[in-house]
Formats: sequence, C-alpha cells, structure tokens
Amino acid sequence: MAQKLKSVDVVVVGVGFMGAIMAKELATEGLTVVGLERGKKRWTVPEFQAPDIHDELKYSIRKGMMQDVTREAMTHRNNLNQEALPIRQWQAFLPGSDLGGSGVHWNGQTFRFTEADFVWRTRMHDRYGKDFVDPNLTIRDWGITYDELEPHFDRFEHLLGTGGKAGNLNGKIQPGGNPFESWRSREYPNPPMKEQYGGVLFRKAAEEMGYHPFVQPSSNMTRPYTNPEGLQLNACNYCGYCERYACEHFAKATPQTVILPVLLKNPHFELRTEAQVLRVNLDRNKNRTTGVTYADASGREYEQPADLVIITTYALNNVRMMLLSGIGKPYDAHTGKGVIGRNYAYQTTGDVFVFYDETVNINPFMAAGASGTLIDDFNDDNFDHGPHGFIGGSYIMSALTNGRPIEFHPTPPGTPEWGKEWKAAIHRHYNHTAHMLIHGSSMPTRTNYLDLDPTYKDAWGLPLLRMTFELPDNDVKMTQFCVDRAVEIGKRMGAKTVAGYARKHPFTTQKYQTTHNTGGVIMGSDPNTSALNRYLQSWDAHNVFVVGASAYPQNPGYNPTDTLGALAYWSVDAIKKQYLKHPGPMVSA
Amino acid sequence: MEKDRREQGSRRDFLRSAFAAGITAATVVIPIDHVQAAPRKRSDADNARPLAFFRAEEAAFVSAAVDRFIPPDEEWPGAVDAGVVDYIDQQMAGKWGSAGYMYWHGPFKEGTPSQGYQLPFTPAELFRRSIAAINERLSAQGAPFHRLSPDEQDKYLEMLLANGATLNGVPSKVFADFLLQHTVEGFFADPIYGGNKDMVGWRMLGFPGPYADYYELIDKHGIKLDREPVSIASSAHHHGM
Repeated sequence: MAQKLKSVDVVVVGVGFMGAIMAKELATEGLTVVGLERGKKRWTVPEFQAPDIHDELKYSIRKGMMQDVTREAMTHRNNLNQEALPIRQWQAFLPGSDLGGSGVHWNGQTFRFTEADFVWRTRMHDRYGKDFVDPNLTIRDWGITYDELEPHFDRFEHLLGTGGKAGNLNGKIQPGGNPFESWRSREYPNPPMKEQYGGVLFRKAAEEMGYHPFVQPSSNMTRPYTNPEGLQLNACNYCGYCERYACEHFAKATPQTVILPVLLKNPHFELRTEAQVLRVNLDRNKNRTTGVTYADASGREYEQPADLVIITTYALNNVRMMLLSGIGKPYDAHTGKGVIGRNYAYQTTGDVFVFYDETVNINPFMAAGASGTLIDDFNDDNFDHGPHGFIGGSYIMSALTNGRPIEFHPTPPGTPEWGKEWKAAIHRHYNHTAHMLIHGSSMPTRTNYLDLDPTYKDAWGLPLLRMTFELPDNDVKMTQFCVDRAVEIGKRMGAKTVAGYARKHPFTTQKYQTTHNTGGVIMGSDPNTSALNRYLQSWDAHNVFVVGASAYPQNPGYNPTDTLGALAYWSVDAIKKQYLKHPGPMVSA
Repeated sequence: MEKDRREQGSRRDFLRSAFAAGITAATVVIPIDHVQAAPRKRSDADNARPLAFFRAEEAAFVSAAVDRFIPPDEEWPGAVDAGVVDYIDQQMAGKWGSAGYMYWHGPFKEGTPSQGYQLPFTPAELFRRSIAAINERLSAQGAPFHRLSPDEQDKYLEMLLANGATLNGVPSKVFADFLLQHTVEGFFADPIYGGNKDMVGWRMLGFPGPYADYYELIDKHGIKLDREPVSIASSAHHHGM
C-alpha cells in the first residue's frame, strides 16, 4: 500500500530542462512544488570533472549518461506486421537520465522553428495543393503561431546564453545571419562561435554556389555570460567532448548551469531524486488528476497528492506516462482514432564525407558540440518543393563535433572494413576529412506511432513503450535530394573524394541518428486528433500539462530544443496568468 | 616514432593551454606536472599478465584474429601489441561481459537486423560459445586458427563476417562483427581499459587525447598539431605518484 504524503500544489515529473523551467516559474509564484526525478543528483563538480568525463568508452560506447536500459528499455518494430523486440542497448537515439536529463548531454544546437512550421498543414496545402502531399502523411497545424511564441524563444535563448548572428531582425534581413529564419525581436545574447576549418572551406564553396552560409546558433558559450537568473557561465574551449558528455567547464547551457541552482534555493521547491513515478492518478470521473504514485530507490511506494501535475520526462517517456496513467485515448493505427501515441516522428539524417589530401589538416578534435557552418537553403519551406515531389527539407552543415577515435575514423568508399588496407586508410584520412551533416525533417504517418508493448516489462513490472516506425517514402526522397545537394558542395570544396550517405529503408535502431524523438502527445486545436490544447494542457484532464517534444505534430529539419524551451515558457505563462485564477480547460473542446 | 616528430614549441603551448583550462573552470586547477605525458613502455610483466576470462585456447584464437583485423606494420603495432586482447579479456570478465549494460529480460526471440542483438547469450557467453565452435571445427580439419597462414586466416574471417557458419547457435556474422567492434574499441579506448597501450591507436591517427583545450587553436585553420597525447591513464599515473 502506498504511503500517502501531504498534498502540494504542483508535482513536476522529471527534473530536466523543461521540468526545471516549469518548477522555477511556479515556485516563484509561491506555489509549493515537488520535483520528482527518477535519477540521481549530479553536478558539474564533482560528477562532470575531467579527465574522467572525457572517457569515450564509458560515455559514447557504453552510454554512461543515458536512461538505464537495464531497467527501462523500449521495443521497436518497423511495421504493424512485425513483432516488436526490445532495444537492448541504446544506439539510434539516446534518452538521458538523472538530474538535468538529456539537457546535460545535448550539443547546444539552438534553432527556432519557423513561421511555416507551426501552420505546416495549411502552408503545404496552400502552396502546393492538397494532392501534392502524400495522403499517408498526417501532418497538422500546431494551434499556435510563431508570433505568439517569439517572446518565449527570446526568453529561452537568453536563459541559455545562445551565441549567433540574427538573420532577420523584426523583418529586416541581416548580413551574416540566416536569411531564412523567421523574425526575431533582438540579437542573440552572445556572438557566434569560432568556425572550424571544414566550416570555412564549406562557406567558400557554398557562397560561390549562391547559397547563404552562416554559423550555427549555439548554446556553448562564446564568451563569459551571466544569464537573467544570475548564473555565470564560461567560454567554451572547443574540447570535442560535448554530445553524450557533460561539460566540466560550465560552458554549455544545461539545467545545472542555467537554472537548477536558482530553483533549488527557492524555499517553495523540493527536489526528490530516485523517485520513479509509476503513474499519474485520476479522480473517479477521470477528468482531473489527484497527484502521482512513485517508488523510491528501495521500491517503497508513495502517493503524492497535488492540484497540478506537469509531465516533463522526455518525449518518449511522456507518451508512456500518459498511456500508463490512462489519460487520453490510446491511438489505434488500424482505425486512425485515438490521440496518445499518434504522430510519432523523428529526424531524417544523412552524412557526406569530404576526403582531402594530406596537406589539409582538418583537426576534427577541435570542436564544440554546436560548432558548425551551414546553409538553410534546402530546409523547411525555404525553397519551392513543386518540382521535387516531397515536403520538408534539411539543413546542410559542415560540422565535426569531435575526433573521438572509436566513433570517428572515416574511410573513403571501397576501403575494406578491416586489415592492413583499412589500417592504412584510417591513418591516412583521420585528420584530412571534412564532414557534412544533413539534418532533415520527419513527417508523421498513420502507421508510425507509440503504444504499450504487450510483452516486455520494466523493472517495476510496467509495460515498456513500443515504437512502430519506418521512414516515410517522403522523407527518404527528401534526404536523398539534400544529400545530393551536399555532395555538389563537397565537390566544390576542393577534395579528392566526396561520399554521400542518405538514410534508406529500413529504419534501424542500431545506428545513431539523433535523439530527436517527437510526437505522441501532440498539441493542436482538435481534441479528436490532438492530446493537448495550445497551452500543452491535456484535453482529457485539465490539471495535467505535458511539456516535451512529444507535443510536436511533426518534426521540422531543425534541432528541437529551442522550440521546446519557448513552448515551456509559453505554457507556464498561461498557467500563471489564466489557469491559476480559473482552474479548468483553457480552451473549450 | 611520434616522439621524434614532436616539436618543443607546440608542447609548451599545450601545457600552457591545459593550465588555462584549469583556471577557466575556477574549481579545477591541474598542476602542470600532472599533464605531462609519460609514454609507458610495454614490459615483460605486461605480456605475462594472466587473463581474467579467456582460456589459453580462446586467447590463441582471439590474438590471431584481432591481429588480422589490425595487423602490425612497419610503423605501427597491431592489435595484440596494442593490448587489444587484454582489453577484450577485461571487458568479458566484467559488467559488459555479463550483459550488465543491456536490457536482459526475455522472451528472447529472433529479430531483424534493424532490431539489433536479440540472442540469449551474454557477450561473454557469445565469445565462449563461438570460439569453442571455431576451435573445434578447425582442429578437426587439421589446424587451429592461429596455426593457419595469414591468407587462410583472412579467408576464414571473411567467411565468418559473411555469415557463412553457425557457431553453437550463434550466426557467425554476429560474433565476427562483435569481435571486430571490440578490436576497434580496444585499439582506441583510453589505456585505462587495458588496450591502446602507450596510446598507439591515438598516435597513429594523430588524436591528442582527452586533455583538450583548443580555444586558441580552432581558428588557426589547417595547423598541424604535433604534440604528445595525454590519456586519462597517464593522468591517473601522475596523480598516483
């Protein structure tokens, strides 16, 4: 029997980036807030310190910072006719765990989604006609506009200390920035990052070809920065250990560096770690929550009553928490009805390697997680898709985030995979190879979705999440088109050999692509096709809010975190200004 | 080797920048004498180190196979001299070998390649079963793997990688891919794990190791960084003195 605890105003499930933001804003209002984090406490000192933090085997290969797969895995199948089997070790995507969540091991790539993204279905139909879009794609509008989110983007980027150059200041295109971005009300808080050698070679070629290269917006600090919460960060030193690692230098914007120390000082907030939330509880009428039930490290169960429950457990876990709690109707891929689990999307990526002769020292290990020079010309709706037969796009970026040798030892096509010739090739090409990342959109389909696995269980006896996912044909076409454009640029970069790799069927769980899992608890304006209203409030239980990329109806070709931070501030703003005064549905169904 | 190509100026620059990294972080000050690299010579004691997991006949196969995956050449050692066998041995004897980093609940069923590893054998069991089958078959045919010629060894490894056999229930490609992956890990992982001895894997590529601060260097485009790598292991060695 669970021990019943004293009621609080708010429970935040999962203390990562979004949980910390929501908790901090509500605790500042004077509400009593409990943050339940399944993992352990960890801080820049001592947990993230060098040299141990720079251990490629431990963190990149054995996934030392990730969700403990021995206790909570998930299953995957490529289509409805297959039997899903457990992903026994994370590879394709790497959900984080412990205090700070995936916000600790992210790279800091900080892009805003565009005006078009938030009205994607309308935009595609208006510009290309309804028949142009593959009828298998279940694209949706978000129920919110870019203009509404702009102040919240601005706030989040200042929290993070993002470095970049504006491309569009209040509608005026700015030299040096991304001319395709939507308007921003002011400059980035910090200047752009230093460019890598590969980036400079890419920039020259891209400019000659009439494209619009710019430096990637980054939340690795480009100079010492004090954020609006009063926390100080240091300049990034380009050590090459960012994604899959934590930063030992206080130079990457993470919950630990930009918000958690302030949150933990708030007397209205209490952090409980090693608190595994098993379900969000509902009242008898099933239309409001009464709190959550969780287990501590020893397995003892507690009921924590609360007036408001905010779920911030990463996109995939948010979907699972809704399903385990019975909030919202589970999506049925056969009928197309139901809301929880629908519109699961990902990121469709490709790679291009540019092999130089031995006079060109690329120095791949001199890198930040978000260093990179890119073009946005073939992303989003920034070009006419009419002749191409697909929607969406990719950015094309010259970037190497690291030169860590277990993961990075490129060879040209035709090289054997082992033996004398392979050894000579990795020696020859390690320091003389530039790389382009093709980072593309992912469109939802009727049959790509998430539900509970009928067979496999976690360490608490609860069903694992089951992912049914295959790359949509639309996205395979898109990524091939963008890889082809990148290969053209590569050839202009003065290299001997250029090799492009577009994502192809079947989707594999065995090769890292991105940790940008989206959808499953999507926002929208229709309760029949969305789980949340425009404020990230559950249509089914008005005192449940779900903050995560799980809210995205589809995933554009930009990294998801900036938009997520903007949505969190937008949502908590609405809670503070509207919901707390009149608890109830903020949009009538 | 690499040592001879080292240039004093860049080494001093490195030490200075490593020190700067220490004071940037405010809380981490790395005394200069702790970041000096000390290439460790392989000793007879290393070569005689008893193995924790592999039996002699297993080690004979693994040694011969990994040295075909990464053979020694005139300039750089092969996998065996780099300590790859020690690396794999320690991994198999530890948490990884006993599937301590994997979701390990049944039912175990055959999956597709996209679904990844689904065999009911822990990594250590996978090695043991597969090598036993290989040794048994080759001995029955006249000579164990390590007695074959290099060309014959390569052909046999190619057959395994092409999934040409089933090894006590293990598709040979699963085992051979696994062995190759571990060989690469052992050649390039930090020397604290027993492989990459004297950081030879890193020296061969020109990877300077995990002590890294390139704030002043990243925009000196195309420079050649010729400095001694520093590993977690060499750092720990210094701390231990």
